[in-house]
Amino acid sequence: MKIIEVRNLRKQYPNHVAVEDVSFEVAEGEIFGILGPNGAGKTTTVECVAGLRTPDGGTVQVAGLDPHRDRAELRQVLGMQLQSAELPEKIKVSEALDLYASFYPDPADWPDLIERVGLGSKRDTMFKKLSGGQRQRLSVALALVGRPRVAVLDELTTGLDPQARRDTWELVEQVRDSGVTIVLVTHFMEEAERLCDRLALIDAGRVAATDTPSGLIAQVGDEQRVKFRPSAPVDDAVLLALPEVRGVTRSGDQIVVTGSGNLAPTVTLALARQQIVPGDLRIEQATLDDAFLALTGRKLS
Amino acid sequence: MKKMLIVETRLYLRDWPSLLFTVGLPVGLLLVLGLSIPVMTEAGTSGERMVDAQLPSMMTLLALLTLACNIVPAVLTTYRERGVLRRMSTTPVHPGRLLGVQLLINLVVGVVSAAILIGSAAVVFGAPLPRQPVAFAFVFLLGSAALLAIGLVIAALAPNGKTAPGIGAVVMFPLMFLGGMWVPREIMPDALRAVSDFSVAGPFAQALKDAWAGQSPELGHLAVVAAGLVIFGGLAVRLFRWE
Repeated sequence: MKIIEVRNLRKQYPNHVAVEDVSFEVAEGEIFGILGPNGAGKTTTVECVAGLRTPDGGTVQVAGLDPHRDRAELRQVLGMQLQSAELPEKIKVSEALDLYASFYPDPADWPDLIERVGLGSKRDTMFKKLSGGQRQRLSVALALVGRPRVAVLDELTTGLDPQARRDTWELVEQVRDSGVTIVLVTHFMEEAERLCDRLALIDAGRVAATDTPSGLIAQVGDEQRVKFRPSAPVDDAVLLALPEVRGVTRSGDQIVVTGSGNLAPTVTLALARQQIVPGDLRIEQATLDDAFLALTGRKLS
Repeated sequence: MKKMLIVETRLYLRDWPSLLFTVGLPVGLLLVLGLSIPVMTEAGTSGERMVDAQLPSMMTLLALLTLACNIVPAVLTTYRERGVLRRMSTTPVHPGRLLGVQLLINLVVGVVSAAILIGSAAVVFGAPLPRQPVAFAFVFLLGSAALLAIGLVIAALAPNGKTAPGIGAVVMFPLMFLGGMWVPREIMPDALRAVSDFSVAGPFAQALKDAWAGQSPELGHLAVVAAGLVIFGGLAVRLFRWE
C-alpha cells in the first residue's frame, strides 16, 4: 500500500527552479531513498512532502493528507530529521526528548527511545558535548518521538566518520523493522545501496529513474571486470574462448577481463585448469554511481 | 506549554553570566552611583533626591533595554541560525510558541530586576516605594512590551547570532541616551527633549519616574509607548523569519 504519492511536483525559488518535475510513490514499511548530487532538489522535494514548503505545482499526498492543507494532521503522522538542524547548546538529551514528546498527543515512551538509539549513557549530557553521530541519533529520536508512520531523514550521515555512519545505518534499519516507513535523502551511493528498498535518482530537479538498487544497476548492464596478476603467462585466447568474456586487456603484468554473467568463477576455473593462480584477484561490478552516470551523463559525487 | 516554559527557563538560567549581567549591572550601578556620588543623595530643589525615583527608574530602563536589545535578539537569532525554530516547525507545535515563551521569561526577569532595584533603593537609600503602584505596574508592563517588540524587530532583521548584539547595541545606546540615562530629561535642551518624547524609551522612562514619584503619568507619554508597541509589534510579526 502506498503511503506517499508525489505527482509532477514543481518548486521555484526567486532565482532558480529547485524542483522541475518530480513524481514517485513510497510503499508503507519500506526504506525509500532519494539519491542525487548536491543541489539536485532532494531537500526541497522532501520539504514539500513534509509540508515545510508550498509546492508551485503538482500534488503531494502523505497518508491521504495534503501536506499544505492538512498541516496539523500531517505533523502527527510524519516525523522529520532536518539536514543540519541543531538544538540549543545547553539542552540535555533527556530534556530535549521530554520537551518534544510533550508536543504530541500520544508520544513514544522517550526513556525507552533514548535506549533504542543508543544514548542511554548520555541522558544528562548537553547537546554541545555530543559527538556528530550522537547528535544524529538524537535527531532521529526526536523525529520518532511522536510515533510517526513516516520518518523523513535528510542527509543523516553527512559529516559522520565511517563507524558512526554504520551505527546510524543499523539504527535506520531497526526503525524500519519497527514498522515506520522511511524516506532517506542522501548523496552517498553506498548508503542508498545498503539501506534502500527502492530509490529515486534525482538530477537537476527531475527523477532520472526509480527502481530497486539492483534494478537500477541492471539498467546499465551487468558488466563486470575481473583483474588479476597470473602466476604464469596466460594466452588471451584461453580467456576469450569463454562465453562470458567480452574483452581482455593488459596493463603491465595485470590482466583485466571484462564480461558478464558468472564472469569471476568462470575465469578462475579456466585459469585453474591451466594451473595458473590469479594473484591480487579483484572483481568490480557496476555501482549506483555507474547507473547515475549512465542515466544522467553526470557523476554522482 | 508548561514543559517548554520549564525547559527554556532552565536553559536561560544555565546561561547565568548574561543573567548576572542583565540583573546585576543595573543593581550594581544603582549602589555604586548612589553611594559614591554625593549629588545622588542630596535633596534637589523640589525636595526629591536622585536616588528616590530618577536613578532607580533609569536602572530599570537599563535592565529592560538589555533584555530587549541584547538578550532577546541573541537568543532568537541563535535559535533561528541553529535550526531550532525550523526543527520545531516539523512538529505539531508552531515555533511561535517558543518565541512567546522566551518573551515571557524575559518579562519575568525584567520584573525581578525591577523588584530588586525597588528593594535596594528602599533598603540602602531609604527611597520610597513607587507611590502610584498600579500606574507604575501598568507603565512597566506597557513599556516592557514595547521594548521587547523592538527586540523582536532586531531579531527579525539581524542576519545571524553574531551580528545581533551589534545591531542591538546600535539601537540600545541611543535609546538609553534619549531615555535620560546620561542627561536627565528635565535638563535636556528643548529640541532634544522633543526627540526624546517620541523615542518610546523617553516617554516610558518619564512615565515610570512620574508614577514612582507619585504623579500620574501623562497620557501623551503613554500613547507614544503604546504606539511603539503596536508599530514594532506589527513590524516584528511581518518581518520575523523562522529560518
